[in-house]
Parts: sequence; C-alpha cells; structure tokens
Amino acid sequence: MKTMLAIISNALCRITGKNAVSGSIRTQRFWTEPKCDLHSLEAGPPEKAELTREQGLQYYHTMQMVRRMELKADQLYKQKIIRGFCHLYDGQEACAAGIEAAINPSDHLITAYRAHGYTYTRGVSVKEILAELTGRKGGVAKGKGGSMHMYAPHFYGGNGIVGAQVPLGAGIALACQYQGNNQICVTLYGDGAANQGQLFETFNMAALWKLPCVFICENNKYGMGTSVERASASTDYYKRGDFIPGLRVDGMDVLCVREATKFAADHCRAGKGPIIMELQTYRYHGHSMSDPGVSYRTREEIQEVRSKSDPISMLKERMLGANMASVEEFKEIDIEIRKEVEESAQFATSDPEPPLEELCNHIFSNSPPLEVRGTNPWSKLKSVS
Amino acid sequence: MATSLKCLLRSGKEAAAAPAVGDANRDLAAIQVTVRDALNQALDEELERDERVFLLGEEVAQYDGAYKMGFTGIAVGAAMAGLRPICEFMTFNFSMQAIDQVINSAAKTYYMSAGQQPVPIVFRGPNGASAGVAAQHSQCFAAWYAHCPGLKVVSPWNAEDARGLLKTAIRDDNPVVFLENELMYGVPFEMSEESLSKDFTIPIGKAKIERQGAHITLVSHSRMVGHCLDAAAVLAKEGIDCEVINLRTIRPLDVECIEGSVMKTNHLVTVEGGWPQFGVGAEICARVMEGSAFNYLDAPVTRVTGVDIPMPYAKILEDNSVPQIKDIIFSVKKTLGV
Repeated sequence: MKTMLAIISNALCRITGKNAVSGSIRTQRFWTEPKCDLHSLEAGPPEKAELTREQGLQYYHTMQMVRRMELKADQLYKQKIIRGFCHLYDGQEACAAGIEAAINPSDHLITAYRAHGYTYTRGVSVKEILAELTGRKGGVAKGKGGSMHMYAPHFYGGNGIVGAQVPLGAGIALACQYQGNNQICVTLYGDGAANQGQLFETFNMAALWKLPCVFICENNKYGMGTSVERASASTDYYKRGDFIPGLRVDGMDVLCVREATKFAADHCRAGKGPIIMELQTYRYHGHSMSDPGVSYRTREEIQEVRSKSDPISMLKERMLGANMASVEEFKEIDIEIRKEVEESAQFATSDPEPPLEELCNHIFSNSPPLEVRGTNPWSKLKSVS
Repeated sequence: MATSLKCLLRSGKEAAAAPAVGDANRDLAAIQVTVRDALNQALDEELERDERVFLLGEEVAQYDGAYKMGFTGIAVGAAMAGLRPICEFMTFNFSMQAIDQVINSAAKTYYMSAGQQPVPIVFRGPNGASAGVAAQHSQCFAAWYAHCPGLKVVSPWNAEDARGLLKTAIRDDNPVVFLENELMYGVPFEMSEESLSKDFTIPIGKAKIERQGAHITLVSHSRMVGHCLDAAAVLAKEGIDCEVINLRTIRPLDVECIEGSVMKTNHLVTVEGGWPQFGVGAEICARVMEGSAFNYLDAPVTRVTGVDIPMPYAKILEDNSVPQIKDIIFSVKKTLGV
C-alpha cells in the first residue's frame, strides 16, 4: 500500500514537476524506467529499478568525483602541467558508475582511451590518477603510462589503439570461461570504433565460443569530429553484433545503465554467450584536449544536454524530489569531493617525477636484470623486472 | 561448456604421434627426431605440465578459421587475465595484420603498466621463405620483431633448438616471438637423451657454437645455419676452417658469443634469409663495431642475405633469391681475401 502510494506519488511528480511531500521516505524507492530497445531478445531489463538512499548517494558521489576529477584535469592541462593525450569523460559519468554498480569487483573491465572514469570506478584513487596524468612517480603506473595506460586489478586499461581493446576483452572473457570462475568481462568501445574490422572478428569468435563478454558501445554521437550519421551506415550499434543479442538504453541515467548491465551480466553468467549494450551518452569536452569540440557540433547542443540530461543533476533531482536526501547533504558531499580533488591535484603537481634509474625497468616480468642500450654505445643502462 | 572449450584449445595439432621417445625402444643411442615432432612433443608436454597453457590460432585443434587480428587480440587478453596462450600463425606473414596486438598490446604493456600487467604469451609459426609460396607468404620477420623492446625473439634451427627453446618460451612470463621454418619441419636430427627429457630447456639469449673454427666466424639463424655448416664442410677441404655460430635467439642478441669468436678468428660473415636493409646482419655489424671485437677485425664484416626483392614464384628465380651454399663460400673467401 505504501509502495503503491510512492509509485503514484512519483508519477505525479513527473507529471507536475512538483516536489513530493515527505513521508517515510529514506528507505527504498521504485522508479519507472523508460523501455529500452531490444535486438534478438525476448525481454529486457526490468522496467522498475530500486534505489536505496545509500546507493543513490554512492552513485552521486562516484559521478561527482569523476566529474570534478576530469574538470581538474582540464585545468591542469591548460596550465601545461598535463601534456600529451587527455580524453575527458565529463558527461558520461553515468556509464562508468552504472556499470560498476552492476558488476562485482572480481569481474573484469577493459576500455579504450577515455578511461579516467573507469580507472576510478575500478578502484584507483583520484590522487594516483592525477599523478599519472602529470607524469609523477606517485602515479598509478609510476608515470610510465600516462592518460591512456592506467591499470588496476581486473582493469586492463586504458588502450590507445582504437578498437584493439575489444579482442583483448574477449580474451579476458575466454580466461574467465576457461577457469570456470563465473566472472565476466565488460569490454567497452565507442561509436568511432564500432565499424572496426577486429570488432566483427571478435563478435564472431565470442559468439561461437559463447564467451562471457558484455560488449558495451558508449555512443556519445561523435567519433572525434565525425558524427555518427556521417560515420556509420547503421547507427543502431546495439544491432551490429548481428547474431549477438543487444539492447540500447539511455546512458545518461545511472539506473538505466545499472539495470541494463545487470541484465547483460546475468545473460553471460547463465552461459548464454556474449551480449551487446549500447549506451546513448554525451561528452561535454571535445574528443581530446586539442579539440575544442565546437567545430562539429553547436554550443547550443552541448548546453541543451547539460541542462536537460546531465547525469549528476538528474540523479540529484530525483532523490530530492523523493526526499531521499536533502540539498545540504548533497552540498556536503560536493565540498568533500572538491577537497579530495584539490588535495589530489596538489599531490599531482608536487610529487617528483620518476627517477632516471627507473627509465629502463619493467621491460620483462620475472626476469634477471638486463642491460639496455642508451642513446649512445657508451651508455649502458640497467633494467630490472 | 568450459570443459569442452578447454579440450578444444588444449588438443594441439592432429599431428602424427612423436616417435616412441618415452618407451622401452629407446636405448642409449640418440634417436632421430624431425623438427616438427620435436615441436609437437614439446607442446604436448608443456600443455600437460601447466593447465593454464593452451593453443589458439589458425587451423589449430578443431577450429577452422582465419581471423587474425581477432584471435591474436583474444590470445593477448587471455594472457593478461592469467592464462598462458600459445598463439599460432599459419605463417608469420599473417602476423603482419595482427602486429598491432603483438607490439602494442603484448610487448609494451608490462612497461606501460610499470610492472603491474605481465603478458605471458608465445607467438609461433613458420617464418621466412618456403617453397613456391611467392611474395606475400615468404617474408622474414626476424628484424621487424627484434626491433621492439618488450619482446623476446627466438629462431631455432634444429630439433633440439626447437624443443628446448619452445619449452623456455612457454615457461617465460613475457611475450616471445617464436620463428619457425617450414622447410625445416620435416628434417630429422639426432637428439640426445638429455635433450629429450621433460624439463630440457635452452636459455633464451644464448647462441651456440655448432662448429669450432680458427679462420673465420659465420653467424646465422634458422635454416641458414645448416647452409653455413655445409659451406664449412666444403671450405674445410680447401683448408679454410670456419667457426659456425647458431644464434638461436635474435633478441636479445648474444653479442658476447659473437665477439668472443671474432676476437679469435678476426673475420666475420653473417648469413640470413631475410632482406639486407636494416636486418639481423646489419645489427650484428653495428654491435661488433661498437664493441671490443672491432679492433680484432682484419676485414670489414660481410653480410650474406636474401636478395632485396619481393620473393618471386618461378623455381629458378626463387632459388636465386635466397643465399645458397655457393654464396656463403664465395663471401667467406672474399672476406679472407683468398
């Protein structure tokens, strides 16, 4: 009875846009979700998603942390403290947060170069991420990897070559199946990579061998500067797996992402083979820091997404609307996040660069030290595992 | 499903069983084993020894297919997640399509991750010229792969090399490119009892002096080692005593062995099947020049290589595109000034 009232109350909120009157609200909520598009699937994820207050605050925290971290990276890049490649994720936070909410830490994940968000959700601290971007020894890869090459247990980067991570992801899924550990691999790629040949090679083998691989296309509508309409003969990326079932959901809604991912993960764990998910999302920044991002799309478009579909605002408004948390609580979280990001940036700018003695290390694993030729024949450097 | 997949990947080639190496027929005398059988036997033993080792590739086990970039990437991913794949290319020419996965996903990852992510994988397959397969299927990739840090590149010649190096490669926690030679598969070699034992390994990075000599050093790898030994036999009759070094490993190169030999013989000829420019011989020349053996040279180093052209099809043309024994003999004499 109570829950029925809650559902009605929510529906009314949606229609009227007014805030709900408080009742016994700090526990669980049922939310109606928009239907998702299905390909070769009898049914999709449930239309209702449950959100507890704790979960809501956690997702908010995660997304806001990623947002602020990326904006800090933008700032540091403009100050020339970060150099080289920097592909920012702001706008797409619901994807990383939603996926992580649906899988286990023991599952595996691999993505392409827009990877800072996933590096965080997979367990690396903002401090270590920023310090890697600034190329310091405190970075997650000791300064040797940079933006596109960050790793963590069960997180395989961070991959610079477009599409190359997709066969790798299927290989990781193969290892899961081989070892019989009931784990899955989430393998991400973008709309730009979606037409790559190696993806289709991979889809074929994953389907043949029924690999427990969730292929996820983060469709942010632009592959570098090329819109999906100009790039793809078919923009239904969730259908491109042909014989692999697929689903398409709103990637700006963290609950949609979570439910879809849960559904997909269950599909794999049940031994049904791979599945493709398309997340419709958006990036506020250009492709990378060297792309202003406004030569191929309008500022109006970016602004519209920000105001109508921002993932963080959407979640916040929902929770406020249902009185699951207060404005003050969100403010507190924001302050805490800002502090952590600020401290991390401090560390990232003050930590020393890796020592030159480290230059040649980590060529081989579990091998005796070897000599490495330097820039001239008299320069004999040492490399240890 | 998992079990049947495992069987698929671990069954190996449907090759003829290796000769009765393990049973009562074998006595103290060394037995003859072809390179192919040596490889298959080593594979079987390593598959049995470690559950994580499995085979993947073109026409491997029951899997009929040729999806190069895809399966190479899958193999590398499996290696990252705790398995120990042996990724087989029908020939290394096909690896050129998948080379991004070999270099960017396998070779560089341990370094990029500052030691967090090892990639224990073996890439194997026939390399270099075969017979009548023409230009797109005859390229030697030794120099291409040996150029890259993060890879180990080995090139066995005989059955003992094949067996020992393959075992070492499989047990190595790093990406190893294992360059075989199609024309050598059917060639039998005597193998000692020791070399047939289950834990017989040959260290990567160590060359072998196949024939001791005093007048000139011949350095080679793979099939050309046999040619060098044949040339040495002919030259011996004319009083020229050749030392023949079998590199066994291209990267890391055993410069110490080469230098030691050159300091003894004062003359060096490198012999390879691949193209001359920026090749294995070129690297050996550079290394000898930079090191202590340079002052011991009585003549510049001579490189004997494949002809600098795409491989032709017609037999007479093909035969004249790779070093023949007479080319080695000629080059030795020129280097010695006789």
